[in-house]
Amino acid sequence: MVPPTTPARSVSEADLQALLDHRLLFVTGKGGVGKTSLSAALARLAAQQGKRVLLGDLDGRGDLANAFESGPLSFEPTKVANNIWAMSMDTEASMREYIKLNLKIPMVGGVGPVASAFDFLASAAPGVREILTIGKYCYEVREQHYDLVIVDSTASGHIISHLGAPDALRELIRVGPLLDQTSWMNKILHDGDITGVVMVAIPEEMPATETIELRDRLENETSISRAAVIINRVLPELFSTAEEEVFDRIITGKQRAALVDHAGETVEAVLAGATFASNLRRSRTQHIERLFAEFAGADDTVVVVPQLFVRTEGLRVTKLLATALSEEL
Amino acid sequence: MAKPRNAESSQSIERLLASKEVIVVTGSGGVGKTSVAAALGASTATRLGGKVLVLTVDPARRLATALGLEAFGNVERQVDESLFVEAGFEAVGELWIAMLDTKASWDDLIVNHAPDSKTRDAILANKLYRNITGRFVQSHDYIAMERLHEIHTSGRYDLVIVDTPPTRNALDFLDAPERMADFFSSRLLRWLIAPARSKIVNRAAKPFTMVADRLLGAKFLTDIGEFFLLFQTLYDGFVERAQSVQRTLADQRTSFVVVTTPEPGPAGEAKFLLAELAKRDLSIGAVVANRMLPDAFVTRGAATSAKKLRGGAAELAETVSGRGIDADIAEGVLREIADRYDDFRLLAAQGAAVLEGLPADDAPVVGIPYLEDEIVNLSGVLELGEQLFTL
Repeated sequence: MVPPTTPARSVSEADLQALLDHRLLFVTGKGGVGKTSLSAALARLAAQQGKRVLLGDLDGRGDLANAFESGPLSFEPTKVANNIWAMSMDTEASMREYIKLNLKIPMVGGVGPVASAFDFLASAAPGVREILTIGKYCYEVREQHYDLVIVDSTASGHIISHLGAPDALRELIRVGPLLDQTSWMNKILHDGDITGVVMVAIPEEMPATETIELRDRLENETSISRAAVIINRVLPELFSTAEEEVFDRIITGKQRAALVDHAGETVEAVLAGATFASNLRRSRTQHIERLFAEFAGADDTVVVVPQLFVRTEGLRVTKLLATALSEEL
Repeated sequence: MAKPRNAESSQSIERLLASKEVIVVTGSGGVGKTSVAAALGASTATRLGGKVLVLTVDPARRLATALGLEAFGNVERQVDESLFVEAGFEAVGELWIAMLDTKASWDDLIVNHAPDSKTRDAILANKLYRNITGRFVQSHDYIAMERLHEIHTSGRYDLVIVDTPPTRNALDFLDAPERMADFFSSRLLRWLIAPARSKIVNRAAKPFTMVADRLLGAKFLTDIGEFFLLFQTLYDGFVERAQSVQRTLADQRTSFVVVTTPEPGPAGEAKFLLAELAKRDLSIGAVVANRMLPDAFVTRGAATSAKKLRGGAAELAETVSGRGIDADIAEGVLREIADRYDDFRLLAAQGAAVLEGLPADDAPVVGIPYLEDEIVNLSGVLELGEQLFTL
């Protein structure tokens, strides 16, 4: 059972290893929960173990470059750190690569016009765009170009249509190269030892609810496994019960005057700030408990990552988060 | 909390809600767009009156939860007056809400705009219909604009507040109508449909048909072709309404509210949105900075007090001890107070700096404090609305 204020630390080093021993991880969660920073931090942890890691996004609009302070990323992976390569999805480039690898079509005047036709088809035919995006990462896994591929994915709702695209397409097409593509992709995607979804939440109402809903949808609508749940930005617990009592007495009693005497009038702002921090932590605790009840009980790996009181992006944050993750696990 | 730069900001929010007919709430994911849209709507109902609709296009049922209502669908529903009374407010106007249901909206669109009942039934029965309308060319964004257009031109409401979808590019929905019109007028679409219509293949279309055929297979291609052949009967309507939606968005009676938090990521997105809106000559009504840390963290001199508290913790602990207060515990508490204050002070200072980088031009910047308790009912929504009106 979960104690009322401090979440159970149910994860072990073995859990961390199991997480990093996947070959393909999709990191998802509601907007603003820190998917990109955590994707980068996970990549860093794996790279520290000597794994060769590819980091990418699904729509070419990610912010992975920032997490490594690298220049702008492109479809061609760039080395951004020791053992880490990062790329930015570009559907057109992905199509060109796909056509080159899979369709033995003689190209008159280069791939250009064919790619634009293809782009149109991807807009018109259901599932094609998703197949090419997810397919690129599955391909990298299949060819063993990297030990681990981490995809900084879109918000929770959209990941289902991406991951379910091979199945959806299989219902619609009977023959052709895309059909073959869906079968080997599904072999990778449906193997829980290879592929997993990392669901990121923060301890607030909607992000927690969406994480639980995503779990249900993954179970009901796809055959894809969960790899871990990360509860990000957990505020430090300020006081133990005994300390809480003392804090309340100090700020409501005569002792307050002693603090003002010693530290000046503006100590009032300091006390107001501490009260705010304490209340904030208390109101968020229910969501940590809810997530633990939903996931830790069901044998999921649940990782708690503390709020970092530093700048919220950049290489420094990636490093600090990686440290926080490894300490937590 | 950082001071709003425009002292008249609350008046401006009031003026905005009193004078506009459509307000589009936009910003990056997770900044609180839905709450802000609901708050603007609810407070219009209590402070200004009129018939207000909040249209949320987020597939997650956030607004339903926020308003304490049971799951509601595509149908517009009025928020019961008794809920306002329970929250300690009086509704002088009506608050209505609707959630965009993509599937139901597409069905409505087909039913309302198909040229005849035969085409209508053929589209609705097509096995690709669901799959295609559920996915192609940002159909979610498109249908949101289509719905906004339908509601606005119906004249059923004094004010419509739209909460935009959580796309990474919050402006996708603005381009959706035009993109849809482009799609239907595309030469490639004609080629795609051609095999369904005749055996004669245009020579220029040959490479395209070959790629499509290799990739998707002839059968699937024919299915898609048939579907779009049916769908093309709606083409004129698409173009016409796309133009009309663009006119509505550009109209003086429409304004955009950009929501952000004081974090670099969302603020960067807000900056981009503001620039894009300005470039398109669209009206920016306000910038809402959500989740601002309290003023306590930017109070001048307080940092020194925190330092003194930490430095003199041992001595102070002795002074305040006794009467059940243990000196050791008290010392730890005092240090913790000072440390935590410094942590949050850092975040508050960063937040203030981030907001100052926003090019709001003439639009008021309204800050909303970080709420200790989350918004889970109408009372919370109204409290947020009061902040918007009175800050």
